[in-house]
Amino acid sequence: MNHVSIWMTALAGLMAAIVGGTLPVRSRVGAAVLLTWVSCSAALVAVVSVLHSGHAIAMSTTKILPFTGISLELTPLGAVFVLAIVVVALASTLYWLGYASHGLSTRCASSALPLFVTSMILVPFAASVATFLVLWELMALASLVLVLTDQSRREAARSAAQWYAVMTHAGAAAILLALILLSAHAGGQTFAQIEAHSHHLSGALRGTIFVLALLGFASKAGAVPLHVWLPKAHAEAPGPASALMSGAMVNLGIYGIILVGNVLLGGGPVWWWLLVSALGVLSALYGALYAATTSDLKRLLAYSTADNMGLVLIALGTAGMFAASGSHVTAAIAMVAALLLMFNHSLFKGALFLAAGAVQIATGTRDLDRLGGLLRRMPVTGVVFLIGALSVAALPPLNGFVGEWLLLQSLLHALPSANTAVVITVAVAVAALALTGGLTVAAFVKAMGIGFLGRPRSEEASKAHEVPATMQLGAGLLAISCLALGLVPMLILPALMRGARSARPVGPVAAVHGWISLHLFGFHGVLAPSLLAGGLVVALAATVLARRVSHRRSSPWPALTPAEPWGSGRRTQTARMQYTATSFAEPLQRVFDDVIRPARDLDVSPAAESHYYVERIAYQTSSDDVIERVIYQPLIAAVRRWGGLARKLQNGSVHRYLAFGLLALVIVLVVLA
Amino acid sequence: MNGFAHLLTSALVALVQLALVAVGGPLLLGVMRKVRSRLEGRVGAPIYQPLLDLRKLFTKQRMRPRESSWLFGAGPLALVTTVVCVSAISPLATARPPLGQSADFFAIIFALLLGSVVLALSALDTGTAFGGMGSSRSMTIGALAEPALLVAILAMAIPARTSNLPALVRSGLIHPSLIASPSRILALASFLVVILAESGRLPVDNPSTHLELTMIHEAMVLEYSGPDLGLIVLGESMRLVFLLGLLVNLLVPWGVADRPGALSFVIGVAALAAKVLVTGVAIAIFEVFTAKMRLFRLPELLAGGFVLALLGAVTAVVAR
Repeated sequence: MNHVSIWMTALAGLMAAIVGGTLPVRSRVGAAVLLTWVSCSAALVAVVSVLHSGHAIAMSTTKILPFTGISLELTPLGAVFVLAIVVVALASTLYWLGYASHGLSTRCASSALPLFVTSMILVPFAASVATFLVLWELMALASLVLVLTDQSRREAARSAAQWYAVMTHAGAAAILLALILLSAHAGGQTFAQIEAHSHHLSGALRGTIFVLALLGFASKAGAVPLHVWLPKAHAEAPGPASALMSGAMVNLGIYGIILVGNVLLGGGPVWWWLLVSALGVLSALYGALYAATTSDLKRLLAYSTADNMGLVLIALGTAGMFAASGSHVTAAIAMVAALLLMFNHSLFKGALFLAAGAVQIATGTRDLDRLGGLLRRMPVTGVVFLIGALSVAALPPLNGFVGEWLLLQSLLHALPSANTAVVITVAVAVAALALTGGLTVAAFVKAMGIGFLGRPRSEEASKAHEVPATMQLGAGLLAISCLALGLVPMLILPALMRGARSARPVGPVAAVHGWISLHLFGFHGVLAPSLLAGGLVVALAATVLARRVSHRRSSPWPALTPAEPWGSGRRTQTARMQYTATSFAEPLQRVFDDVIRPARDLDVSPAAESHYYVERIAYQTSSDDVIERVIYQPLIAAVRRWGGLARKLQNGSVHRYLAFGLLALVIVLVVLA
Repeated sequence: MNGFAHLLTSALVALVQLALVAVGGPLLLGVMRKVRSRLEGRVGAPIYQPLLDLRKLFTKQRMRPRESSWLFGAGPLALVTTVVCVSAISPLATARPPLGQSADFFAIIFALLLGSVVLALSALDTGTAFGGMGSSRSMTIGALAEPALLVAILAMAIPARTSNLPALVRSGLIHPSLIASPSRILALASFLVVILAESGRLPVDNPSTHLELTMIHEAMVLEYSGPDLGLIVLGESMRLVFLLGLLVNLLVPWGVADRPGALSFVIGVAALAAKVLVTGVAIAIFEVFTAKMRLFRLPELLAGGFVLALLGAVTAVVAR
């Protein structure tokens, strides 16, 4: 049965890709989606059976040559990641049905999307180095094709794909190196062999392997400073693809770090995890800051992904650090917090990207400064975005809050028994967490408030209409699960605890327990999200009732009468007088001027009669990514210079190339001799 | 029967705490205005004037800007709802409030934040320059105040080994040395800065300003009138009393009811009223001698608060 489900996952996914690439345009997307659902359901069967029993299921084909044997195994840890991917994939493919007519029904896209989904689902199944790398690469290539979908219409898509291709392959190279080193020294390429032998390796080698793997996987997770591709590629990818990339693919970066750090190497010294936490702190702060100041809706979401992955990395790093310093209970809580933060992020970021895709379909733009008034025109999409925004801002009673609370509790309870390095890290982590939280709230009030509320700021926004029902449903499903997991986190926590234990089998079996109120194991910490939500509902009812009673007019509670808003005495006000995303973020941008260093250009042209009268003011501000500007641009320039030098070697003459070949052969012979 | 009686007492305690905050809020506002007037040499309105204002507001017509959505009406409701919910379950008059188990400090603060966020969204829904201005400024201040607040909570929670609010208040009663510890004092100082910022008092925001360009909170709620404005005024004043109540209970918990029984609860109510009144008067006096800070000087104040809290957290760990 279990083997069947694994086979079904792979085969149905492959069939979906083939069908999407061959059938005529009318039936192509429907058939591909149907087969993808079959693949997802089969994966779900495997996930449920693994998480229910707590035992891994495995399958491998016979080996003819060393690298042809496919070896697949689903551990509880992998099952958690597959679950997150499947949920996002089901919602996104449903959404795709409505989105397809907007440039996502070509053969290429209809084939790449199912392939992307299936390869992502299968990555956590991989149980050998070769299988893992093949699936990893397949996932990267399929998503690269999806980023390029709009390239004929948008120049930016091409550049984004280029960035993505380079970054993902640089990352893959680091991962390849790490895994090859690992399998070479552990004497085998299946994960089971590596796991059994990895503790014999020297500390330096283990450290090198971990750092290499961390670099590769962190770039996939969008950790700063390896994040530069993320705001480009996630913003340019079409709706469902961007939801899959941001909601599901980045998780696999986290999976990779846990796989190498916790499972294959079996945990490590404090400095590994210090590095992970440092990356997390940097990503969280940087991502939140840019999310708060950018005015492109999808870029904002992408930066927020870097921010959220930063939080996951902080949780992961502190979990490793607590484990290395012997406090196993807080380590278990932090590990569960990391998985919960990751899972929550999949749900709300999936919903947000799907809603942003709907906005792009309805208005043709993602520029917040040209949006507005969409909640009235697109009520369902607007509410989905609102739920996602409140969730990402970690507000109760939504799921984002529970994850953040767990992380705060693990930090709080770790402190009294920690050593100096841990104390410093925890203090920095808390400060970063707190600042990130504030910035995220500002970022999402801006995204929701400027994008969906007020008056439309452009012609396109005022003509927007609600998107097809399948798109609403796909995004809505994710929003509803945000609410459900916010009210009853225990719906998912047992599965996450199983997963956390398979990554690190020390500490309590159940780090948190209790259905209505969440209790920590071994510490005094209680959170009752459903009671809090119930209290809010009761309080709302009481407030409405009190308002109704206190109103003594003839009609008990008159409806709101529309009227012109106050414009300092002006009769009419236009939509242009509203705050825009740029002006909303201006105070924050000014506060963090030294970090962002935006380029500003103020041009005042006075009237001809007197320079006291201003005729025209032009103000330009752009805040491009400072890390891209300071680190990557010089790097690219240097590479280009070297490329220019290398070009001199080539003149098209076959004789010269033959001479190079001979020279190389001589050098090789000399070196070998 | 015993269970039923317990339920009834719990409901009663929650209602009394709620009523205390709901009536005490506007009254405290009146007292603060009175103190201010007297110090400035004016007679000032009677202290129950805010209650009369509220009664008047609730009889008026409801208006909304032409192009707003349903969210415009949700802002005031969210503001009041969140503070009503948290003041019923927090340790104000009693250190053993109903559902006190679930009154986690972080949860309470984030619930209040929910109210602020929905209000900021509804300000953007007005589609005017002032709504956006107020919303942007208040979110900027909030983004800088939240770090100070979270770290302050952590600094108080580390020595007590819990972030449960009733437990934190009781820890002060049981171990008075916890209160005198530098970590708690630093954290509470930072908490006070945050309260002033979040409830729009001087030197962060001038609640009695009529100059549109310097407004923060008032700009945000400029479009509200009648009952909705009433809800906002009520909600803001309740929030001030609630936060001050928490502050004084964490600073001087004595008087708060720690035992079941009507008498200790009555004492608790009186003690809370007295403590909050004293703090309110102190803030009012402070406001007379303070000018509003420039918006772009505020980060310095809030960063100061953050540093205080961080110092508190560090001393809490060092002194463990």
